[in-house]
Amino acid sequence: MTLLEISDVSVHYGRIRALSGLSLTVEEGEVVTLIGANGAGKTTTMRTVSGLLPVTSGSITFEGDDITRLRADLRVVRGICQSPEGRAIFPGMTVQENLDMGCYTRKDRAAIAEDYERVFSLFPRLEERRTQVGGTMSGGEQQMLALGRALMARPRLLLLDEPSMGLAPQFIQQIFRIITEINEQGTTVLLVEQNAQQALSRAHRAYILDAGEITRTGTGAELLADPSIKDAYLGVG
Amino acid sequence: MIGNLPTVLAQGGVDWISFDIGRLVDQFWYNTVNGLAYGSIYSLVAVGYTLVYGVLKLINFAHSEVFIVGAFGAYFTFQFLGYESGGIAQAPLVETIVNLILALAVAMICSGLVALTLERVAYRPLRRKKAPRLVFLITAVGASFAIQQAIMLWRNPNPELAIQLIAPRPLFEVFGVSVTNIQLTVFLAALVLLLIADSFINRTRLGRGIRAVAQDPDTATLMGVNKERVIMLTFIIGGLLAGAAALFYIMQIPQGVVYNGGFLLGIKAFTAAVLGGIGNLRGALLGGFLLGVFENYGQSLLGGQWRDVVAFVVLIVILMFRPTGILGESLGKARV
Repeated sequence: MTLLEISDVSVHYGRIRALSGLSLTVEEGEVVTLIGANGAGKTTTMRTVSGLLPVTSGSITFEGDDITRLRADLRVVRGICQSPEGRAIFPGMTVQENLDMGCYTRKDRAAIAEDYERVFSLFPRLEERRTQVGGTMSGGEQQMLALGRALMARPRLLLLDEPSMGLAPQFIQQIFRIITEINEQGTTVLLVEQNAQQALSRAHRAYILDAGEITRTGTGAELLADPSIKDAYLGVG
Repeated sequence: MIGNLPTVLAQGGVDWISFDIGRLVDQFWYNTVNGLAYGSIYSLVAVGYTLVYGVLKLINFAHSEVFIVGAFGAYFTFQFLGYESGGIAQAPLVETIVNLILALAVAMICSGLVALTLERVAYRPLRRKKAPRLVFLITAVGASFAIQQAIMLWRNPNPELAIQLIAPRPLFEVFGVSVTNIQLTVFLAALVLLLIADSFINRTRLGRGIRAVAQDPDTATLMGVNKERVIMLTFIIGGLLAGAAALFYIMQIPQGVVYNGGFLLGIKAFTAAVLGGIGNLRGALLGGFLLGVFENYGQSLLGGQWRDVVAFVVLIVILMFRPTGILGESLGKARV
């Protein structure tokens, strides 16, 4: 079943076109990754799906319903939660409060308690640091918190914008391992990454974004083996 | 020129400035008690400035009019309840308390409604059009004048005749200074309201939403916070507290019900908010009380006419050393 379908979407910043006629789909249960250079429109795509940016044309459907004009906060209620670029932890809130923000729209207490357990078992560090203020944590810990916070929304579709950015190599490995684990537990993931190697090897399918347009698509393995992709995005040579 | 200085400094028989440390020491506890009672009013009004600044990065200059409308609300409630203008009422204690609570409710509702209307009519349309921040500021100043002048045309430029529900009466002494029934009531009631506001912001889900928007509006939206609703809520909370402050104000200064009565108090409360660190709730509380006592100390030290000058000089001096205020900016960092 198609969870998310973006059809022919264009987005403008003032007069500048950031996305031109972009189309992509995410099937339920998949990890789909969006790869591209800086300024290609990856973050714009994520912000558009979340509803922070209005589309100038085209449509977005989620579980078959048109959400193109749906308010951003209501998209969270529908099951789309994003962990944005740069982690965006609430700096003055404790770990606990940041996680509480993840389930801001939820009222199902029993399920929320389950999700706390799940998040704490994925990230034992967060449980130890419950009362620590988010802004004082290291980059890796903040990324775990950002992931945990997004999971607390129990999203149908999890949007991850550059989760490995600025992290030490051992954290990068761990973050990608956890993304796979989250997906295996049933959450669909749309992942934007600069670390194309890791992203392509973890993803079921991938789209290559260039200057606001999709230029290639295929399975992760296909694109990983493609020499032209290697040259452009995998930093070989 | 220099030879004329002493005559310039001592005009009309009043010293231009005095420097009387003895008086400061003598009146220290009197000023502290008085300053805390006043400061609680500043604190309540300051919360409105700081919360709105926190979520919108807007200094809502019309907040002083939100305050004064509450004062009129309380005043007309007194009239409606049959109190005579001028003189001091002599109702039984229970009746007085009930009437004060009624006036409190009316004042809070009036101010809350004005704050909400202001948000809807003046600021929201600008947000829709994505107006630059300066436009909001100018609108705020314009709204302040518009409300002020409208009240003047409706009433007249003169203060309303004072209505006093309670005669000030000393209750007990601390450090040789008597504390009046009014001071104690105002201080305690304000403290209770401030504690409620503080725990609402720091301990409830909606309060967390307000802090989230203040710290990172986009990410708050990504977590499902309805930013418009949060903005509305902050205006309502600020308005309710300003309304309460207005009642406490006219309990202490019954002749203060006048169209421009919010102006100086509003600026002082704004000063208190900046002093504590604008955007920071507990900073506003601290700033209000500090400003209340410091302007009294300054008054004793330098002479009564220096009261307002001292208040603003304290602000300037503190900002020179701590540009983000005593507790620093950010609603969310205001926790123990």
